[in-house]
Amino acid sequence: MTATSSRTAAPTLAPGTASSQEPSGNLALLTAAKAPRSLWTNAWRQFRKNKLAIAGLAYLVFLVFVAVLAPAIATHNPVQSDIKNAGKFRQAAWVTTDNPKTTGDWSYPLGTDGTGRDIFSRLVYGTRISLIVGFIPMLVILLVGIPVGLIAGYAGGKLDNTLMRVTDIVYAFPALLFFIVMQIALGDTAFGRIWNGLVLLFVTLSVINWTGVARLVRGQVLALKEKEYVEAARASGAGAGRIITRHLLPNSLGPIIVAAAFIVPGAIISEAVLSYLGIGLRPDVRLDAPFPTSWGQMIQQGSTFYKLQVWMLLAPSVAVALITLAFTFVGDGLRDALDPRSEKSA
Amino acid sequence: MLQFLLRRVIWVIPVVVAVATVTFFLMNRAPGGPWDREKALPPATVQALNQQFGLDKPQWVNPGEVAERWQAGERNPLALARAFTDSRYFNYMFGVFRGDLGPSYASKGSQSVQEIIAQKFPVSLKIGIVALIFAVLVGIPLGVVSSLRQNSLLDYFCLTLSTLGVAVPSFVSGLLILLFMTRQFGYSPVREPSDWEGFGQAFLLPGIVLGLGTMSYILRLTRSAMLETKAQDFVRTARAKGLSGSAVVNHHMLRNAMIPVATVLGPAAADLVTGSIIIETIYGAPGLGNYFVTSIGKRDYSMIMGTAIFYALLIALANVLVDVSYGLIDPRIRTSR
Repeated sequence: MTATSSRTAAPTLAPGTASSQEPSGNLALLTAAKAPRSLWTNAWRQFRKNKLAIAGLAYLVFLVFVAVLAPAIATHNPVQSDIKNAGKFRQAAWVTTDNPKTTGDWSYPLGTDGTGRDIFSRLVYGTRISLIVGFIPMLVILLVGIPVGLIAGYAGGKLDNTLMRVTDIVYAFPALLFFIVMQIALGDTAFGRIWNGLVLLFVTLSVINWTGVARLVRGQVLALKEKEYVEAARASGAGAGRIITRHLLPNSLGPIIVAAAFIVPGAIISEAVLSYLGIGLRPDVRLDAPFPTSWGQMIQQGSTFYKLQVWMLLAPSVAVALITLAFTFVGDGLRDALDPRSEKSA
Repeated sequence: MLQFLLRRVIWVIPVVVAVATVTFFLMNRAPGGPWDREKALPPATVQALNQQFGLDKPQWVNPGEVAERWQAGERNPLALARAFTDSRYFNYMFGVFRGDLGPSYASKGSQSVQEIIAQKFPVSLKIGIVALIFAVLVGIPLGVVSSLRQNSLLDYFCLTLSTLGVAVPSFVSGLLILLFMTRQFGYSPVREPSDWEGFGQAFLLPGIVLGLGTMSYILRLTRSAMLETKAQDFVRTARAKGLSGSAVVNHHMLRNAMIPVATVLGPAAADLVTGSIIIETIYGAPGLGNYFVTSIGKRDYSMIMGTAIFYALLIALANVLVDVSYGLIDPRIRTSR
């Protein structure tokens, strides 16, 4: 980030080089300022112009800080029930009631739930699960999908055919239904209990979605492998491994990154839906649990009690809405920056 | 065209087989039997129930039965093959193709899964129809208007609306709208069972919320497709011929802009089906999606399996319809295949 910003800050004609729409009068300066720019620098410049994408990115960075620093930010223990002091269903801080146990109090900004747990603190800790449940399946999906797609696209033949048939079936089997079946089938097994079901959730969320990435990469490879530079590499004696890792993979990274940006919110929503249905994570009752609750679980509890305490439902719902919005903005920005074919779509 | 249609319909079969096999395999991994109750049933009852529903048979294939028949002097290969496949898996699969999804275990076998689906699905279908009508009738006009008045205030409003609709899942928007309605208008999500009979206004809110995502997609696609056709030569020709503005929009631009819009309807079908599971639960609509969630709570495995297969079939058929609709909208696709 620092490298690119210093580069644009130095010459006064930064807008001229960036958009190149209006010819600059000062030719000498223009040529002098032209430093070699990589695809990634270009993409970053393009991305930076999208204000919504930058706002989304900033929000996500903020959430990462919240997740890491949750113990410092949370005002109370998110698991400990404390009806004596906190009161049952205490209202949000700015709401006053006659009962001193339920009237708003700034030490419980969003009030408390039915067992006297601070909603704000639970919300802060919930960020952790949403982020890891979004990112870890994405990494698994990429680690499986990219190699399969590369090999299927490059080698063709039987492997390619099998992949296409499998993805055809996956397309017909809606992901959420599959997730539900997976969670019910394995949720009560020994495997489903590891880390309160977090490991099972990672598997569930990544076990079929890799096919989409594999198909995307395969398509890229099919288009790229006929290009002249690949032919040139092959003529100069490069093996399949070198062509794949040095030529095909780097040139298909753009669409892969864009796809990855849309996988994350999908996984976050799926976790929330599964938890809402009561087949997501198990609640962690340990006082020092690193992942005590998720926004999905909070929504589930909130949807039963929202008439008594509206923030139990409102806070986690808004949190999920904001994180998916942020990812969508970042994803759209990345697409405009990295996927030249869809440039017009904006 | 007919051959193309036939090929697409036949492809539905392996899809359903694959989905049924995967769900059968996974559901059999689930711990606990179908007769587990809070108060344990007597072993004799469990045995009788297992026998009644063929659950005492082996899971995949039944070589024991073949050996028995062979000893008894049976030599007919067809009968032996049937004996070999007299297992829970094959019996279930044969049942699926006859439209028999087996008994619902939660009802102790008094009701079959297909009966429950037939009873609950109409409510879901009505909500789905409202959603689809809303998505098409609001999405397309808004998309057209916002493309004709590009960069106007209305255009920005439509863009914001569609961005929100695409990004925020119906699960969250459904809850937020419910919260807003209850707090601002005293709307009660709990309705009388009679409200869901016929085609009353009870279907309006769940339908609109369910269709919000699809509407936003259609709006976006219509807008960008219209903007693209705007610059095409045939539109300029049509204008040069002296056609009126509305004729150009209706006959030349809209028809061409509809091709990418038709492509959304495939994913939209999947979206509406899975969305209905959540939306019906949120709004308490007594449809199949809501019942599906109840059977998850009851661990009614046969009901879960049957509903999943039914949904997959529904989506597969919707995809066939979408493929056919391309051909109807765009003659070029019809001839090229």
